[in-house]
Amino acid sequence: MRHRLDRRAFGRGAAATGAWLAAGAWRRARAQPVPLRLGVVLPRSGYEALIGQGCQRGYDIAVPILRDMGYAVELMNADTESKPDVARTQAEKLIREGANMLSGAWDSGQTAALAQVSEQHGVPLVINIGADPKITEQGYRYVFRNFPTAVMLASGALSLIGDLFEATGKTPKTAVLMVVNDTFGQAAQNAFSVLIPKLGMPFRLVETIPYDAQARDLSVEVAKAKAAGAELHLAVTRLNDGILMLREMVKQRYEPMGVISPGAPGFYERQFIKTLGKYAEYCFSNNAWMDPNQELTKTVETVFAKTFPEDPFDLNVGFSFEAVLIAADAHRRAGSVNAQALVEALRATNIGKRVMIGGAIRFDAKGQNVDNRLASLQIRNGRPTVVLPAANAEAKPVFPVPGWSQRT
Amino acid sequence: MLTYVSIIVAGLLTGCVYGLMALGLSVIFGVTRIVNFAHGEMMVVGMYAVLVLNQKLGLDPFVMTPVIAAGLFVGGYALQRGLVNRYIARPEHEQFLLLLAVAIMLTSSTLMVFGPDARNVQVDYAYDSYEIGGVLVDKVRLLAALGAVGGVAALWAFFRWTRTGKSIRACADNQVGAQVVGLDVKRLYAVTFGIGAACVGAAGVLLLLLVDVQPYIAADFTLLAFIIVIVGGLGSMPGALLGGLLVGVSEALSGFMVLPSLKSMFSFALLIVVLLVRPQGLLGRRA
Amino acid sequence: MQEMLSGVPRRAALALALFVAAMLAMPLFAGSYVVSVLVVVLFSAYLGQAWNIMMGFAGQLSLGHALYVGLGAYVSAALFVHFGLPPWIGMLAGMAAAALAGSLIAALSFRFGVTGVYFALLTIAFAEFTRIVFNHFGWVGGSSGLFLPVANLARDDLVNLRGSPAMFYYILLALTLCALALGHLLLRRRVGFYWQAIREDQEAAQALGIDVFRYKIAAVTLSAVMTAIAGALMAFYDNNLYPDTTFAIGRSIDIITAPIIGGLGTLFGPILGAFVLTVLSETMTNLSSAIGINGLKQWIYGATLLAIVMLQPAGLWPWLRARLRLDEAKR
Repeated sequence: MRHRLDRRAFGRGAAATGAWLAAGAWRRARAQPVPLRLGVVLPRSGYEALIGQGCQRGYDIAVPILRDMGYAVELMNADTESKPDVARTQAEKLIREGANMLSGAWDSGQTAALAQVSEQHGVPLVINIGADPKITEQGYRYVFRNFPTAVMLASGALSLIGDLFEATGKTPKTAVLMVVNDTFGQAAQNAFSVLIPKLGMPFRLVETIPYDAQARDLSVEVAKAKAAGAELHLAVTRLNDGILMLREMVKQRYEPMGVISPGAPGFYERQFIKTLGKYAEYCFSNNAWMDPNQELTKTVETVFAKTFPEDPFDLNVGFSFEAVLIAADAHRRAGSVNAQALVEALRATNIGKRVMIGGAIRFDAKGQNVDNRLASLQIRNGRPTVVLPAANAEAKPVFPVPGWSQRT
Repeated sequence: MLTYVSIIVAGLLTGCVYGLMALGLSVIFGVTRIVNFAHGEMMVVGMYAVLVLNQKLGLDPFVMTPVIAAGLFVGGYALQRGLVNRYIARPEHEQFLLLLAVAIMLTSSTLMVFGPDARNVQVDYAYDSYEIGGVLVDKVRLLAALGAVGGVAALWAFFRWTRTGKSIRACADNQVGAQVVGLDVKRLYAVTFGIGAACVGAAGVLLLLLVDVQPYIAADFTLLAFIIVIVGGLGSMPGALLGGLLVGVSEALSGFMVLPSLKSMFSFALLIVVLLVRPQGLLGRRA
Repeated sequence: MQEMLSGVPRRAALALALFVAAMLAMPLFAGSYVVSVLVVVLFSAYLGQAWNIMMGFAGQLSLGHALYVGLGAYVSAALFVHFGLPPWIGMLAGMAAAALAGSLIAALSFRFGVTGVYFALLTIAFAEFTRIVFNHFGWVGGSSGLFLPVANLARDDLVNLRGSPAMFYYILLALTLCALALGHLLLRRRVGFYWQAIREDQEAAQALGIDVFRYKIAAVTLSAVMTAIAGALMAFYDNNLYPDTTFAIGRSIDIITAPIIGGLGTLFGPILGAFVLTVLSETMTNLSSAIGINGLKQWIYGATLLAIVMLQPAGLWPWLRARLRLDEAKR
């Protein structure tokens, strides 16, 4: 159902692009010898469908925008059904049907399958989102990742937390960590245990509470967190469990100084904010995010708002857009769709005008972009608002946060 | 200390709802000896029905419980009469496959109609809790538990005192004997299936207040229902409730005392132990 | 060879020969996508055959076969990653682990009189239990998964099981045919007759003096060991393992649908079932990406299962075999 809406809305996108052209900020599209065929592999059905569809919107919107910037990219879409084996066969299918490059897949397990196919066939892969550090530690030569690894996310998130204390002058001494027991959660957990002492964080982690990714209710976990008596609550969750957790915190009258999600999905999603209403306010999410200062960000956001007015413009969209940008940019510099040429071009990527916060998009020897930076978002007035770093901030952070009963 | 009490109380309350859910399964198996692998799926259908009615009519889920139960009763009855009945005497794997196919179709139907995102019902008192002697009791959980206990009691009364209820028990005890005395076994089986479905539907309504609904949670709950029913004893109604309470509390305590991500492991361990040591369950009778 | 073929109708032997020839030639003509789909078919077929030995021959319903897949996969993969142990040796270790697990589960269950549905539920419990344990087992990567170092695709390395899908295709084809031969042999031997007796009426078999306990355990153990082989191959084919997918109850269910659809207790049933289901699944995937209704594919899958259970409960192979008149003894 959702896909049909997307297609209809896509027609609206064409109109929106026309309007954007008329606004005057365009370059005439140069004729390209052969357009790049980018195979997009995402979980558009199955339990990750919502997120996959969000990413797909990022990919879809990139095509017309990039076309007007002089690039030539065609998308070939495939659905992983949220399963790694399907991701694999779909990737093989796309390659056979002529994909020059692959991109995907948000979920680390499915992305790992993609990486393997890509490496076996010598077809480059540009990962839009996928944080498992192992993927770029395998010695793959055809895999490029523009997303921070779980370790980078943890490290960036922690230093932002330190910045938060500095900015507000309030420093909790103890913290508790609730973490979902999946690929990302475990990687994050390991990263924290090493980084918290290493970065000299002012608080001590008194308890770590892992919970099953398929947990139906989190009352026990939250009770345990409350019993730990820490001042700060850190939570690595996904969307649904994030909602469950916060609801339990309200019910159990557990009021830490603040709730911070370091690097995890969930807290910035529209569903989270909509479901929890006033209780979602003031929740922190330290994540890679769109840079409000970049021109391209504003462009993409405008077109997105016209094409998909009902849908959130979040990092799923942002990173997916950047994946197409990276692919198209390499294609233009390579001047062909030959795999080796594309790989060489990808290795030499250096894109300054981008959407997400960070330095120029560049890949190190392992194919990893190490220069993405995180922002601290706080939900304010029902919207994820950048509060740190100060240079990109839209508002000042509020910490400690008001108690549940004080919410209006 | 107080935290432990709160946790145990929460576990007991949740356990009541689990008990009602498992009861439906127990009744079906105890009487027809068919293992309903579509149990969780039927519950999810009930939950979505509540969702739709709540959105359209704005009614509180508690009020809708009898309606949903009635609706699922009809559904269960029709399913049994129309489809499952022919498989009563067939080998187990065929029954299993039949109900598995039904389960897959139910799950994919809900997926097609409602999409994969998790939904829930927002009630005004969703964030309320009572404080009784320092112990925090979640209001919604308490009400759901009361509803569940009410459902179990109603069912028990039905089987104890009504004619149909007694006939069904007769079928369960001795099918041939029941036929000999002139009971319409086919109809009674269908009624039983209907009752089982109604139970699980009611449990689903109550459970929707505690968890979010999504097409994929069905399989977990089918499994959970089996664990409870086997631990408590197949065919025993107090057993289903007891099993539910046990599983609810053990999940809560093991999660708190050890690691929450190992919660389910303890439930499975419990199942394994019960199956090996006392396969008829705690309150079941030896077949 | 002569002994194996005696009693097999000539038409059937010819059909089998044709089938084998076609399968051998496949990768030469088909593209990599078709080959990778066929690899899925062969995995499914072989696993179905392994499961069929336990259920179709001996009548023990196992719904937790993913346990043995996982053990085979994880043991061989972990030994390879941590100690550099060659895959084929690691596979033996995996087989041993599965044999141990299978015989333990079987011995415990049958000693305590757990049969039928209860046994099936017990197998689910063991598989789920193991899944959660592995999710917390750091040495094999826990829930973040176990990654095998990736292969450079230049050559096919049979010894280290690094290579193209075509290599795995032939390995699996060989395995499937071996399993076919094994099943054929077993059915004609005493053990096969004992198993079928146990399946039909356990008490009568016991009364006749068959050591039911021992033979049931044998069936479970053999089935487990065969399954573990596929598990090990799967590990080296996918190169990444996650407890939540490897031990998943969904996998257990996938394992059993092919042989049941194809024909329980028959030799060729699991293979036919695997073909039918995989082709159906791929067709539906391609169709639903065109139509784009989330869930339509599963619905049609379920409807097909339902149709087959209702119309051809003995499975498709007996029906097809009769149609092709492969079962008429011509000798």
